[in-house]
Amino acid sequence: MTELSALAGTDSGALKGYNFAFLDEFTKREIRRKILKAVAIPGYQVPFGSREMPLAKGWGTGGIQITLSIIGRSDVLKVIDQGSDESVNAVNIRNLVSRMTGVETTSDTGSATIIQTRHRIPEEALTEDQIMVFQVPFPEPLRTIEPSEQVTRRMHAEQDYSSMWLHLYEDIVKHGKITIGARYPCLVNGRHLMDPSPIPRWDVPRLHRSPVLHLFCAGREKRIYAVPPHTPVEPLEFEDYKFETEDFSGKVCERCGSSDTFLDEIIDDATGDSRYLCSDTSFCEKRQRGCA
Amino acid sequence: MTPAPALEVDNLTKIYGSRCQDCIENTGPDHGSNVCPVCGSVVACADITFDVMPGEILGIVGESGSGKSTIVRCLHFDMEPTGGAAYLHCSGDENIFLLNSQRKRAVRNQHLGMVYQNPRMGLRLDVSSGGNIAEKLLAAGWRNVGNIRDRGRELLKRTEIPLERMDEAPRNFSGGMQQRVQIAKALANDPDVLLLDELTTGLDVSVQARILDLIKEIRRSTDAAMILITHDLGVIKLLSERTIVLKDGRIVEMGLTDQILEDPQHEYTQLLVNSVL
Repeated sequence: MTELSALAGTDSGALKGYNFAFLDEFTKREIRRKILKAVAIPGYQVPFGSREMPLAKGWGTGGIQITLSIIGRSDVLKVIDQGSDESVNAVNIRNLVSRMTGVETTSDTGSATIIQTRHRIPEEALTEDQIMVFQVPFPEPLRTIEPSEQVTRRMHAEQDYSSMWLHLYEDIVKHGKITIGARYPCLVNGRHLMDPSPIPRWDVPRLHRSPVLHLFCAGREKRIYAVPPHTPVEPLEFEDYKFETEDFSGKVCERCGSSDTFLDEIIDDATGDSRYLCSDTSFCEKRQRGCA
Repeated sequence: MTPAPALEVDNLTKIYGSRCQDCIENTGPDHGSNVCPVCGSVVACADITFDVMPGEILGIVGESGSGKSTIVRCLHFDMEPTGGAAYLHCSGDENIFLLNSQRKRAVRNQHLGMVYQNPRMGLRLDVSSGGNIAEKLLAAGWRNVGNIRDRGRELLKRTEIPLERMDEAPRNFSGGMQQRVQIAKALANDPDVLLLDELTTGLDVSVQARILDLIKEIRRSTDAAMILITHDLGVIKLLSERTIVLKDGRIVEMGLTDQILEDPQHEYTQLLVNSVL
């Protein structure tokens, strides 16, 4: 602890002895170059040299590398995990970035400039001054149907997505509907098939022509991809079996009374009853205070 | 005016190995081998030139290793030819071998149908029969599940697969049924050219007869040009109007099937005709 405390306390608030934002400048530059390429080809997975992070793989090492590469001293950071600012993963990532940069953090969606997320897009409308950073476990939407990377790359190159369509067809034949919950495959800019990370179907339509820059990064799989502002993002659907979001009709959030947000179902162990709460905790609090 | 051929193949050549200048000269029926003595390359087929008219069945016979399958696999883009050209009347006057892979896929999905000897090659055995047919339709841009299923039902009915087994995987089917599902899949997009590679080999005689009847029915009801690869002269006699005889990767005889069977000119063809039991 003595060494750590000796490192603390530069005037910017960042931990002394480390480069600003933890990563060295060459790494940040490489990641920013790869982001530019990803933005230039919406939905295309750009390979990059993923670094070891002080975080276990699978806990957001991709997202954190993007955040650390693009963050500046004037940025305001919000980190959410499943919609919550207070989960262990979100708190740890926020603390890491905050110690390594000294930037301000917030739980208020409106005042954040960078929002790193796992599994959700905030309910509040986002603006073009904000950047969404997604933590991605599986960047390849075709991986479930094709194990070979060589083959999936060829499929993307030739825009050969018929096996994904077949997968959806078989789903409909077997179950009467498409059963994909999260990670719903989407066509970006009419060209590349993309895994939107494990966001619920609820959030998929909110990627479509959104004013925000969305950056996706998988640390373990070493891939970066992007949905630039105002880019069309269309979930795959049939003419007679349309894409559908989760249905919460007749249910409201127990805390804020909202009926137009994504709700988490919480089952009471004792009684077996279901309760519903907003997944986006910051938005729920705002509603409770009457601000949103 | 005679109608234009559905498919024209011009000097198709496929060579495996390092290749030298003398490969083609040193191989072929005259040399009794398709292995080049100079460099050891295998000349699977060379100088293959023929055409097929719409609605016609062209038979290709030859012993195993004579290059029959190589020809249809090249035409179906399963392998790249070493040289030569092929023109599909329905897709313009471009050499289809020179198209980029995306356009090759489009040609294959819209204009070609393929039936392999082994259904394992042409079907996804774990996907339902309906799904196997759907795959071709989806690749060609169909996006309505109802229409896809209607078309699937129509094809399965035509190939005599019980409709209640539409959503069952072909893995559970007998060999003959699998072959009929494969034919249904190949017919999904009303192909202009249907490639049939040893489609009755390995099936018992009664099942063979039903498959051959099905091919006859397809000839009556569609305008598809068919290339029928077989080593069975009986099948050729029954189905095809014109026949090509292959030996060591070369065409040794080409003509009307009756003529070839009744009055074979080439030594090898004579041997082939005489060795029928």
